[in-house]
Amino acid sequence: MQRSPTSIAKAPKAGAFALKFRLPSGWTLAALLIATLTLLPVAVVLSSLLTPEWEIWTHLLEYQLPQLLTNTFWLVLGVGLGVAIIGVALAWLTAVCEFPGRRQFSWALLLPLAIPAYVTAFVAIGLLDFTGPVQTLAREWWGAIEFPSIRSRGGVIAVMTLALYPYVYLIARNAFLTQGKHALEVAQSLGLSPTVGFFRVALPMARPWIVGGVMLALMETLADFGTVAVFNYDTFTTAIYKAWFSLFSLQAASQLASLLIVFVLVALLAEQQTRTRMHYTQAGKHSVQARILLTGARAWLASGFCLVVLALGFIIPVTQLLLWASEVVEQDLDARYLDFVWHSLALAAFAALLAGAVALLLSYSARQHPGLLLRMTARIATIGYALPGAVLAVGVFIPVAWLDNRLVAVGWVQSPLLQGSLMVMLLAYLVRFLAVAHSPIESQMHRITCSVDEAARSLGVSGANLIARVHLPMLRSGFLTAAALVFVDVMKEMPITLMTRPFGWDTLAVRVFEMTSTGEWNRAALPAVALVLAGLAPVIVLTKYRSK
Amino acid sequence: MDKCMSLLHRYSGVFVVTAMLTAPMTAYAANEIVVYTARNEQLIKPLFDAYTKETGTAIKFRTDKEGVLLQKLKAEGVNTPADMLITVDAGNLWQAANLGLLQPVQSKTLSDNIPAHLRDPANQWFGLSVRARTIVYNKNKVKPGELSTYEDLGNPKWKGRLCLRTSKTVYNQSLVAMMIHEYGEPKTEQIIKSWVANLATPPISDDARAMAAVAAGQCDVTVVNTYYFGRLMKKKPDLPLAIFWPNQDTKESGVHVNVSGAGITRHAKHQAEAVKFLEWLSTEKAQKLFADVDMEYPASPKVKPDALVAAWGEFKQNPLNVVKAGELQTTAVKLMDRVKYK
Repeated sequence: MQRSPTSIAKAPKAGAFALKFRLPSGWTLAALLIATLTLLPVAVVLSSLLTPEWEIWTHLLEYQLPQLLTNTFWLVLGVGLGVAIIGVALAWLTAVCEFPGRRQFSWALLLPLAIPAYVTAFVAIGLLDFTGPVQTLAREWWGAIEFPSIRSRGGVIAVMTLALYPYVYLIARNAFLTQGKHALEVAQSLGLSPTVGFFRVALPMARPWIVGGVMLALMETLADFGTVAVFNYDTFTTAIYKAWFSLFSLQAASQLASLLIVFVLVALLAEQQTRTRMHYTQAGKHSVQARILLTGARAWLASGFCLVVLALGFIIPVTQLLLWASEVVEQDLDARYLDFVWHSLALAAFAALLAGAVALLLSYSARQHPGLLLRMTARIATIGYALPGAVLAVGVFIPVAWLDNRLVAVGWVQSPLLQGSLMVMLLAYLVRFLAVAHSPIESQMHRITCSVDEAARSLGVSGANLIARVHLPMLRSGFLTAAALVFVDVMKEMPITLMTRPFGWDTLAVRVFEMTSTGEWNRAALPAVALVLAGLAPVIVLTKYRSK
Repeated sequence: MDKCMSLLHRYSGVFVVTAMLTAPMTAYAANEIVVYTARNEQLIKPLFDAYTKETGTAIKFRTDKEGVLLQKLKAEGVNTPADMLITVDAGNLWQAANLGLLQPVQSKTLSDNIPAHLRDPANQWFGLSVRARTIVYNKNKVKPGELSTYEDLGNPKWKGRLCLRTSKTVYNQSLVAMMIHEYGEPKTEQIIKSWVANLATPPISDDARAMAAVAAGQCDVTVVNTYYFGRLMKKKPDLPLAIFWPNQDTKESGVHVNVSGAGITRHAKHQAEAVKFLEWLSTEKAQKLFADVDMEYPASPKVKPDALVAAWGEFKQNPLNVVKAGELQTTAVKLMDRVKYK
């Protein structure tokens, strides 16, 4: 790392310039306040540690945890490697190279993001298990043959990789696109081939982006329950739900979740520690980079790779969903779907703006006040993403209900005011998805170096003007990425939506829940398809913005 | 500084809209009932609609997972808007009563209509439909004469021929809990261990897939809730599947049944209306609707099941009170963990 070309961009000791551009401290206070607010649900979960449930712990330790931890370890490792390799490779190909179909692939490869991972999982098992059409046909043609089971460790890893690689793809692509062409040109002028240039220059320079994307994918993997449940692959989260729903102990479930929080926090801080003193800037103008033209077999290989990922991650699952949906569309599609769609879109849009704005505030404050306090705050405030959704939902709801009950008790209000209001719902989404918004914005923040500030200052731009005219435009692509990711994630989100929605505010995800929880997967396909279609909106927006 | 303020002013519109969206939507209204239900919308809304049409009482409801609804009720405490809790599985109803979230209801209508083994001995909840968990087999590979009891599925003759749904489903947890109640823990542990030894493939994530595996020949027998069988056969009547009612001998205790049911919340704001609705749910017309919408069995013995369901034949229900499924659920879960039933 030390000898990597990023060192050309290394800054002199920070500090001197940072102090001069301090934001009004009110903004910083606001950042701290919001962070505290998002910490409340996490604190509720952590508070369970005060009263340990020894009996359940003993049982889990003896019969469950060894196997679950092994399973979780392999899942995290597999998905981490999977999304990193596929995400970065696709990002590099579409951002820097030229090959047939590149323009279309560059937006189409985002599409798997719109499909909930557990839906992909269900489709994969439906198609590839013993009873599915593939094996059935194979048996008819060739008689009894042994297939490797899709309901296996490899199967879960493959499905989750296909569902989650877009996080890395989108964020890493942003890095490659804004990296600027000069760095690569310098590398090439120094005699490095494009391949070596990629590994020695582009990849290290994109590190915060890639790591940010992989971290998001892994936090979602750790929090996931739906996908692993479809595979009956037991992970740490399985134990959390088992303790709660089967052993009737939310207490024990929260204690397990607390361990998860601690683990993720340590991982996040350790990762951050390794790069605190590195600075990532862009060399030269961005976006007008001469593409590396792939020809012949390499060009077709690139197209083929993109197509395979797209087919497995989107085309095949969606085709299956459409087939299922067509069976039930007459029976199930009614006027209420307009409401479901509208609710989903409105909630997703509001949450995306809110999470984007808060992430911007947090990230910006941390930049203006370098130091452990705000950096830690930002980190801890984004931990909600690693918590299983239902556990976090309860963590949000308990303090809200408590406050409501206090307000009623002292006679300020007649009946509970907060619970069942959209504000609480949005707050809960914020707690859950702040990490998703924070990651792309934080990486983009690296693009604003001290030299940018100095240049602006020398032109007489400073203070709020500097923010509005220099910083915000530079952060725009990060913000859009953040908002788009949160938008799609909120559309898919289930536990928080279920728990905090006001009466009558059913969404498409709620419809999916109604059907899947009674095992009616083909009927769930209709809202799932609607969800995918509505989720395309931000992808289109991103594409439009990119093509400018 | 001034510029910052003007930025704030510019975005104040956003705050206004946000404020509009925070208008509370939980005010209590007269002549309405609020229901929290883990029985899904498509299975329960027809009943709400029918009741509203008949009586004019509006019903507001929210669906969610059982465990989450219980925590919600608990957190809301005395100010909960919910008057009634509807869930599937006796274990969840028992847990709701156990957490002090329900209140006893003394009603002659309910005790007349709902048999004693399908309701809480303390009258805090009442079963409203019966879900039988029974054996389904492949007609081409198994003769009904080969089948007898749940326990017998552990017989070595079924080695590599048994498919089971995961132990994480509450239906299997209740089944095992009732076995523990009947046979004691050591014997039940032996039985479940012998089941696991006979599995043809690792436990499957849902009943429908377990039956698909039987139909495709991956295994020959499985244990499922009958309404899943009904749904599957309605869609694909040609599958070589049939139902077998186990434990029917005179000395055996009968088919394992579970309920979906309801109770009145401890802090109900519309208690009288909610009790009236609960009583209505036990009447013939409602019972028919409640069960038929999902091909389940009515809880009231006076009401006949749907013709398609009746065609599966009559069977003897296990008469032990389903409350045991709740009391022994954690014991059952731990037992299944011990024998590595995943």
